Amino acid sequence: MIKRLLKSVGEYKRDSILSPIFVTLEVVMEVVIPILMAVLIDNGINKGNMNTIYKMGIILIAFALISLLFGALSGKFAASASAGYAKNLRRDMYYNVQNFSFANIDKFSTSSIVTRLTTDVANVQNAYQMIIRIAVRCPTMLIFALCMAFGVNARLSLIFLAVIPILAVGLILIATKAHPIFVRVFQTYDKLNNVVQENLRGIRVVKSYVREDYEKQKFGKISGEIFRDFSLAEKILAFNSPLMQFSMYATILFISWIGAKLIVGSSMTTGQLMSMISYASQILMSLMMLSMVFVMIIISRASAERIVEILEEESDLHNPEKPIHQVKDGSIVFENVNFSYAKDINKLCLKDIDIQIRSGETIGIIGGTGSAKTSLVQMIPRLYDATTGRILVGGIDVRQYDIESLRNEVAMVLQKNVLFSGTIKENLRWGKADATDEEIIKVCKLAQADDFIQSFPDKYDTYIEQGGSNVSGGQKQRLCIARALLKKPKILILDDSTSAVDTKTDSLIRRAFREEIPETTKIIIAQRISSIEDADKIIIMENGKICGFGSPEELLKTNHIYQEVYYSQKRGGEEDETK
Amino acid sequence: MKQNKRGPQDAGKTLKRLIKQITGPYKLRFVIVLICIVISAIAGVAGSLFLQTLIDDYITPLLVAANPQFGGLLRAICGMGVIYLIGIVATLIYNLLMVVISQGVLKHIRDEMFNHMQSLPIRYFDTHTHGDIMSHYTNDTDTLRQMISQSIPQMVSSVITVVAVFFAMISIDIYLTILVLLMLGVFLWVTKKVGGNSAKYFVRQQVSLGKMNGYIEEMIHGQKVVKVFCHEKAAKTDFDKYNEELCFDATQANKFANILMPIMANLGHLQYVLIAIVGGILAINGIGGLTLGAIATFLQLSRSFTMPVSQLSQQVNAIVMALAGAERIFKLMDEQPEQDNGYVTLVNAKYQNGRLVETPEHTGIWAWKHPHGDGSITYTRLTGDVRFYDVDFGYTENKIVLHNVTLYAAPGEKVAFVGATGAGKTTITNLINRFYDIADGKIRYDDININKIRKSDLRRSLGIVLQDTNLFSGTVMENIRYGKLHATEEEVYKAAKLANADDFIRRLPDGYQTQLTGDGGSLSQGQRQLLAIARAAVADPPVMILDEATSSIDTRTESIVQRGMDGLMKGRTVFVIAHRLSTVRNSDVIMVLELGHIIERGNHNKLIAEKGKYYQLYTGAFELE
Repeated sequence: MIKRLLKSVGEYKRDSILSPIFVTLEVVMEVVIPILMAVLIDNGINKGNMNTIYKMGIILIAFALISLLFGALSGKFAASASAGYAKNLRRDMYYNVQNFSFANIDKFSTSSIVTRLTTDVANVQNAYQMIIRIAVRCPTMLIFALCMAFGVNARLSLIFLAVIPILAVGLILIATKAHPIFVRVFQTYDKLNNVVQENLRGIRVVKSYVREDYEKQKFGKISGEIFRDFSLAEKILAFNSPLMQFSMYATILFISWIGAKLIVGSSMTTGQLMSMISYASQILMSLMMLSMVFVMIIISRASAERIVEILEEESDLHNPEKPIHQVKDGSIVFENVNFSYAKDINKLCLKDIDIQIRSGETIGIIGGTGSAKTSLVQMIPRLYDATTGRILVGGIDVRQYDIESLRNEVAMVLQKNVLFSGTIKENLRWGKADATDEEIIKVCKLAQADDFIQSFPDKYDTYIEQGGSNVSGGQKQRLCIARALLKKPKILILDDSTSAVDTKTDSLIRRAFREEIPETTKIIIAQRISSIEDADKIIIMENGKICGFGSPEELLKTNHIYQEVYYSQKRGGEEDETK
Repeated sequence: MKQNKRGPQDAGKTLKRLIKQITGPYKLRFVIVLICIVISAIAGVAGSLFLQTLIDDYITPLLVAANPQFGGLLRAICGMGVIYLIGIVATLIYNLLMVVISQGVLKHIRDEMFNHMQSLPIRYFDTHTHGDIMSHYTNDTDTLRQMISQSIPQMVSSVITVVAVFFAMISIDIYLTILVLLMLGVFLWVTKKVGGNSAKYFVRQQVSLGKMNGYIEEMIHGQKVVKVFCHEKAAKTDFDKYNEELCFDATQANKFANILMPIMANLGHLQYVLIAIVGGILAINGIGGLTLGAIATFLQLSRSFTMPVSQLSQQVNAIVMALAGAERIFKLMDEQPEQDNGYVTLVNAKYQNGRLVETPEHTGIWAWKHPHGDGSITYTRLTGDVRFYDVDFGYTENKIVLHNVTLYAAPGEKVAFVGATGAGKTTITNLINRFYDIADGKIRYDDININKIRKSDLRRSLGIVLQDTNLFSGTVMENIRYGKLHATEEEVYKAAKLANADDFIRRLPDGYQTQLTGDGGSLSQGQRQLLAIARAAVADPPVMILDEATSSIDTRTESIVQRGMDGLMKGRTVFVIAHRLSTVRNSDVIMVLELGHIIERGNHNKLIAEKGKYYQLYTGAFELE
């Protein structure tokens, strides 16, 4: 895991190394300074020697400045190294996500990818900065200061051997006791956020069912849990500073008592006593910081793991070695295709699919909810690979094409479609980056979108809000169709893409398809019988199997499912009225 | 998220209100905390002063004493030990109490915020993005937590330490104190300079982080579209731009923050040296009667003086941020809740001697309990008779979306609304359950003006299935039960069967106990709609509103569901909104809406015979046959 994470350091390796070096130098200066101060007090002030005071004063000021320089440099490098590292991590993750296949995307949910790219990276960035700065600083400080203290007075320094273990054990005890509770608290926080989010999203449901009190209870319960756990964890942490104070005060008193005796016995000076107290605070403080770093690193470990999961996820779709870039025509053949999302023969979601579609045909697909209509068409632009069997487009196995060339020729309008923030034009140009205004208007007319776009004050420059929230469902669907048409594809797949469009507009769209792009193969998944009844052929799906394939007339005569759907939509009304 | 960076508008008022939140329920404990902080700070200062006593009163005399006696010293050290001990205990007490106070206040604020939010009108949720509301619960509460549990005690402690140390320093030597004050000026100046830069870039970092997050969220959400359009390269280029920007700001912000520490520490050293030199000169020349011990003590004190001051100046930033957060939270809490002047309530009823009377048990008969000004009470049976008289309505005042709508739905009728998106179909249903209040006209429910009916009772009498299905985290069973919290399992099964959802539910991994997460993301849109219908069915309401409730269900399943619903709703009023004409065809009345006007009304046969808009729509589907 660490190896994978370090790979992203990249060009920030220099800064990442310089930072700890300067930290160490800074620490050396900081440890030397108390010694010089002791000299200043003992030889200067105590003896009333102004010369020594000046001399030592200047040396001290010089040291302080150098120490300042080192400290500033280490801070600067730590900042650029960690921010740069975070940048690289984000980039590596995001680039890898771009390589994800649909199957990879399904595996991670959208929100989990977003959290990993944002919160988790921020956590790791903080931890990284700590590791190259504070985590280096504290132990070196501890060791240096301890050495110096022993150098000044070994006997007196024995106190540290007693205090450090006590403090260390205490801090670790507190950290290990509090940490699991904090982890729980953060999980509960997620739950709380989830409740609020669902409440916001479903506020109409909440109010319709008058469930405000129920929601309050639900929230109150989780809020109470957070209160309990958080209080507990913080109460444990509340012992931190008294423990620290205790160690500090005990050390000072000890040093004062023994130190006074030593000074009286002439084996120590007042200045040395002062520097011992300085060292004591340096040693104990760095121990305290170390325990904080320890906890921070533990917390960020989970984030690091989640990041590595994304970095190490490999796309399960690959370009072939010698890819074919040309798609000859829009014919499609399914040969003995079986498909399973889990790639498990026992959990097939499509079974024994054999279809032949000629170039330029219009094919309708209908079937009940969950009959695997979408799964079927998603294999044509190779969004998923067939588990067994093969799919031919233009007479060639889809796995032999260059993926990008294939997808440019097979345009698909997804069921859950998305518009992006930006103008209508910008959104449409996803289909073709260099499309002219004329081309754009042409496809919008085809998709029956031109009318409503012209009615907007800014027309084609109308700004679409994130997720297309400022256009209606039907308008969104038509924009998505126009976007796909701009590709001038050989195969066009509409996955329930006109469900929010009224029947009349729907029929106009289909008529435009027939008249304007006759050579394009059109595959239309729909719920409405009227959307597909003028197709050349209709595929009827049920439970992952094809249970009817033929012209509408044929099916109306022979296929009982088609009959049932047809009559339920066309004549069901009359039947009800006559009963 | 966006508004996060603004400072508080009225910091004083917000602070006052916040302190009231704290001192209200925790007055006594807060006072104890303050006392403990004072004790703890004084113990610390006493420790610094002790050094002088140690050197001047004990070590120096002992040095010259022929026969040093350590008894006095021991007593002094023990005394100091006791003071320290009191300080430690005080620290522990205030730390522990502060946990109780801060967590308690936070819980209170959180709960109050959520409870208040439940009372807000739908309009509030229309005009505020979920992200912004969410950030009250996450970011704003978080900064508040840090402020209450860390900044406030630290500030109090710092102030007390500074004051105590200041007097201690003056008591030792006035000249050195002036020197320290001068140095303090330098400290503050540097903190302001460097810290100000850091704060500036931290704000910028937040902004670019927000942009970055927004971009990531949008792109990842549309990742499948990116794949379908082979848009990966462009997506990477845009990303790199945001990423670089964020990296720059983050580097700058952290750089200044990181540099501040060494600057402070070394300025401390500088001050130390200066005091030593000046102190030395003063002592040697005998000015102000400065002793060696006094200098040593002063050196120690000067540290405890400048450190808290620079800490204080850093806390200010955190406090400003927290106050801005608190202000936003209070703003939410101050939002006007949904107005409800209704006094007509819904009660269980039964017939006694031919008269309708109230009864506590569930009878299947409901009645509106209508108290009158003269103290009399009348009971009207709930039948589901809904009438609109000349209703005008607009979501904003200057844009009317419904004009002059008049309609009658007699009990037991199935009334359908047909029309293009934006014609005002959903708006009508939003008015029946009073998500919005009408601008002009009257709506009567069982001949009672709906403004007189208590909102919760009005809504309880209406079952609504919405176009966008919202499910909640929990089991399938719990989700259906949302319609009726105390429904038995049998009732749930029955409702699910009615909605034709039973089949697929039983095929889920854990059947009715299957956990749904993330708004039921693992279910198809159609399955989620079936669950929503089951949820409404279990509520068994007298009036049902189906707003595109079956739009994602295939027509075969839909007709099965409809048959079930028709059975359930026999004798009750149903409002149906649908795109699919097959869904509405068997309605008693079909209203065709266009741009907020009802342009046609009648049953299917009548409308077909009229050969108007409905006829066009209906035949539009047949046009290509």
